[in-house]
Parts: sequence; C-alpha cells; structure tokens
Amino acid sequence: MPELSKIPWPFLILSFISILCALYVVTSNSPIRSVLALILTFFSISAHYVMLNAQFLAIVNLIVYAGAIMVLFLFVLMLLNLNKETEPLKSNKWLIGAAVSAGLLLLVFTASIQTSSEHIMRHPEAGTGLVKSLGKVLFTDYLVPFELSGILFLAAMVGAVMLGKRDAANESDTEITGREEV
Amino acid sequence: MSTSAGYIPILLQILVAVGFVVLALFLSSKLGPSRKTVQKDENFECGIESQGNARYPISVKYFLTAILFVLFDVEVIFFYPYAVNFKDMGMEGFIAVVTFVAIFLAGFIYVWRKGAFEWDK
Amino acid sequence: MELSLLFEKSVLILILTAITLGIATYLTYGERKVAAFLQDRLGPNRAGIYGIFQPLADAGKMFFKEELIPRNAEKWLFIMGPGLAMVTACITSAVIPWGTDLVLFGRNISLQVADVDIGILYIMGIVSVGVYGIMIGGWASNNKYSLYGAIRASSQMISYELSMGLALIAIIMMSGSLSLREIVDQQSGWHGMKWNILFQPLGFILFFTCALAETNRAPFDLPECETELIGGYHTEYSSMKLGFYLFAEYINMFVSSAVMSIVYLGGYNFPFMDAAWFSTHPNWLGAISVAVMFAKVSFFIFLFMWIRWTLPRFRYDQLMHLGWKSLIPLALINMLLTGLGMLLWGK
Repeated sequence: MPELSKIPWPFLILSFISILCALYVVTSNSPIRSVLALILTFFSISAHYVMLNAQFLAIVNLIVYAGAIMVLFLFVLMLLNLNKETEPLKSNKWLIGAAVSAGLLLLVFTASIQTSSEHIMRHPEAGTGLVKSLGKVLFTDYLVPFELSGILFLAAMVGAVMLGKRDAANESDTEITGREEV
Repeated sequence: MSTSAGYIPILLQILVAVGFVVLALFLSSKLGPSRKTVQKDENFECGIESQGNARYPISVKYFLTAILFVLFDVEVIFFYPYAVNFKDMGMEGFIAVVTFVAIFLAGFIYVWRKGAFEWDK
Repeated sequence: MELSLLFEKSVLILILTAITLGIATYLTYGERKVAAFLQDRLGPNRAGIYGIFQPLADAGKMFFKEELIPRNAEKWLFIMGPGLAMVTACITSAVIPWGTDLVLFGRNISLQVADVDIGILYIMGIVSVGVYGIMIGGWASNNKYSLYGAIRASSQMISYELSMGLALIAIIMMSGSLSLREIVDQQSGWHGMKWNILFQPLGFILFFTCALAETNRAPFDLPECETELIGGYHTEYSSMKLGFYLFAEYINMFVSSAVMSIVYLGGYNFPFMDAAWFSTHPNWLGAISVAVMFAKVSFFIFLFMWIRWTLPRFRYDQLMHLGWKSLIPLALINMLLTGLGMLLWGK
C-alpha cells in the first residue's frame, strides 16, 4: 500500500466525491434523489477511468450506466406510485441481509484487488483502455465471449418482452387503480 | 493527444458552464420581485384547479422502451471498437460482426413480432 | 499541462461559451424572423432597427421576472432541472473543432477545446445525460402534463439515440477514429471537397432525422405539444428557469448543427483550401475556415427552422414507429452496406 502523501491529489478528491455521492444514494429518503446521486457517482467513476487513461471505458460508463440504465431506473420510479403512503417500510431483516451481502462482495473485491494489484502496478500498459486497442483485443482474443454476449442480449430481450407483455395484460387495471388514488 | 491531461479543458468547460448556470439562477431569483400568495403558489397545471398530484403510474410501454433501449444501446456500443479497427480486420472481422448483427436482428425481429413497438393499440 | 496552454484553453472556453450563449439568444430572433418570412409577416421590428435588440430585451426580461415555484413541487429538483439542461447543452461543444490552427504570438493555437480520443462518443455521452434535465424538471413540477411531457421527451430521445449511434458507426468505419479532428481532416481530400455526405447519403438523412428528434424540434416536438400537454415539461416554469429550457434547446440545435457539419459536410474544409497561398498565411486560412464552419452551421440551423415552420407534428405512435421500425433497420443496413462496400472496393 502506498503512503497517503504519495497518492495523487486528484485521485483523493475524486474518491472523496464518489464515496460521498454513493453514501447519499443509500441514505437519501427520496428515491429520485438517490438516482441523481448515483448518476453523480457514475460521473466520478468515469473521471477515475479517465485518470487511468481508459477513455473508452470512461465514456461507455457514462453512456450505458449514467445515460441508459439510470433512465430506466427513473422510469421504474415513475412507474411506481411514489405517494407517501405507498413508501416501502424499511425492516431490520432487509438491512442485515443487505449488510451481509455487501460485506461478502467487499471481501471478494479486496481479495481480487490484493492479488492483481501487484501485476497491474508492474505492468502499466498505457493505452489499454483506448478504443483502438480495446477493439483489437475484443475481436481477436475475446471473440467467442463477444458473440456469446449477443446471445445473452437475445435472452434479455425475450425476458423483457415477456415481462412487459404480462404487465400489459394487467395494464388497464393498474391504470384504473392509479387514477382512483388521484 | 490521448492522455488524461487532454480532459482538463473539458473539466474547465464544465466548471464554466456550472458557474454560469448557478450565477444566472441566483441573480434571477434575487432580481425579480417576490410577492407570494396562496393562489399564486398553486400548480398552474392546465389553468383550472388541479385534482390530486402527478404521482401516479405511467404506461408500462415507456418502461419496455427504456429496457429495450438499454439492451440495444449496449449492443451499439460494441460496434464502436469494431468500427475503429474496421480497416485492419478485413473480411474476418466483418464476418464476426455480421454474426453479431444477425443475433441482434433475431432479437429485434422477435421483439417486433411480439408487438413491443406497437403504440397505437 | 503547462500553464500557457491552460491559459489559452481558458480563453477559448470563455469565448466559446460567450459565443454559444450569444448565438442561442439570437437564434430566438432568427426563429421569429424565419417564421415571419415563411408566413409572409414582418416579425419582431420594434426594438432597434429590424428589431435586432429584441433578444436582448427578452433575455433582460427573463432576469427581472418573478420566479414561481409551485408549493407542491420538489423545490431543489425543480431548480436543478433547467440547470442541468443548460449545463449539458453548454458542455457538448468542448470537442468540436471550429477551424484550422491559428498562429498567434508565435504559438500554434488550436480552435478546439479538447481533442480527445473518444471525441464523438463524448457528444453521445453528454446527449444521453441531457435527458435528465427535462425528466427531472417535468417530474419535480408535480404537474400531470409536465410529467407526460418529460416522459415523452425522454422516451423519444433514447429511441432516436440508437439510430444516431448506428448511423455514426458507418462514418467511423470510414474514418477509423472517433476524434472529430481526424474525421474532419480526412474529408480534406479532393481539394477540400471529399465530404462524407457523398459516401453516406442515407446515413446523413438518418442522422439529421435523429438530430431533429434529439433536440425536440418540430416535427418531433411532442414533449411540448401544446394541443395535448399545455406547455409540456416546462409548463410550471417562469423567469430564467424557463429561459434556460428554451436556451438549452437552441444551444442543442447549434451544437448538433455543428456536429452534422463536421461529420457529413466536411466541417471547416472548403474548396481549394489546399492552395499554396494558404500554407504561408495560416491565419487567413484559420479565419476563412471558421467562417466556412459557421456558414455550414447556419445552413443547418435554417434547415431546422424551415422544417419547423413547414411540417406538421407527428403523432406519438407515428414517432415511435418511425424511430424503432424504420430508422433502426435502415441504420443497420446502412452500416452493413458501408462495411461490405469498403471491403469489396477497398477505400
């Protein structure tokens, strides 16, 4: 582990911002604000990528996570009824479950970073994250996983349509109940 | 220029934009008059008294559109690294991408046949 | 990054921001004059000669109007909405090259804020984040019509983003780079006439259509469709916050015109720019290239306005059908044909 004074200060500031935003995501009472804070978190993570010179990853993180998945989240929140009465109750059972799974995830991350950081620090390959080199690797060494991911997308599409269509059958009901509350 | 330092001007421009927006919003809130009344603070909505609030569910179609967008967007992102390397990869790379596009199209046609793009029904 | 370069970039950013805001202000005037011209009217003609001070008066008025925040609205999100829309609109221009390099005080000065490796994707990224300004504003207003406007807007923008990305891929296959500077420089062949539109006519039409939809311009202005949604997502807004939504739309129009000029119309390239005289007079070349760039941008802006005052608005189902059932398949075909063509005839 390098000493604190050796860590570049932009990294410290960015990490501070990302952690602050991420904390706000989980502590905020309003789901919409959580989503906004999550978008900010993604921005700061993108800035981290830029600092590592992984420019393509940085912008993909922005486009896919901040630009696409968060829009989906907002839609889901708007799809839900956000009136005060329907706010889900927070029970301790959920909190404990979440804490345990987050702890396990943290364990996995620390373990993987500990084993790989040596390798990364010894072989800093400048430009691995640039779009050109990334494309070369993706279409030669990882061609089969790439094609397989296409099948994964296919499965996701089928799943999405299935869910959407099942809801569409009940849609008239939800709309009526929605109106009734108004 | 393909180093991280090239992004400092972008950061500067973001700061300038945020600074301008905050300043202008602050100024306009100070410069304008502020005479609040109970009626004035109501929602305008459509001009007549509003009924309830705007917190009720929207059609699931928008949600389906968003989820399909996420999937297609990721697929489109995959094309960018290919397009940049297109000239070096030649026919081999093209066939790989055509295979991917074929899977993409299969999903697209499935979604289409299932009526996910129908908005007039 | 050395200090002098940082200073140079700061000056460029300030000038660019000022020009962008100025253009956005004057586009409101342009829009009204074009509308008047197309409808055989006079348009604004009271403030100053030909009414040229009208936009200044309007902008000043925005500052001095009372700011209304409905009691039921989420106050901070309500303020953040237009702010976000304006910020995202203002920062897209960072990667656009406005002209060839100038030589001032013995330094080469690039007329581009940042030439980054991912240039065009940066614009796509900011555009995809631009949805939030409208979505947050419309939701925070606590107004059913605003909510519908916001949801329509975001749904429409994400749908057309896909075909926009696919249309761009054909261009990137030709250029082999995402950097806008390189895309422009590769169009400088044939004495500055080797524009991408000659090779990508279908891609251009697709991109232009998507640009109309992304900027919420007619015939895709359903988010502010007054016959159904009162004022759309900005119904509840007043003073500068309303102004920001309107300005953001004009800035987006300006930036997307610039992007289209760069990607399809050769950017700042102009016929016979490779003449020997220019190589000894780089500043003249720079000045003319900037003028040419702005001429192309003005052409696109006029096209935007012409379309707005000519075509009726789409219905929402027609809009979604066009986006998903026509543009995406066409963009895919365009991409595959480009690839096939380039492989067979090897360009």
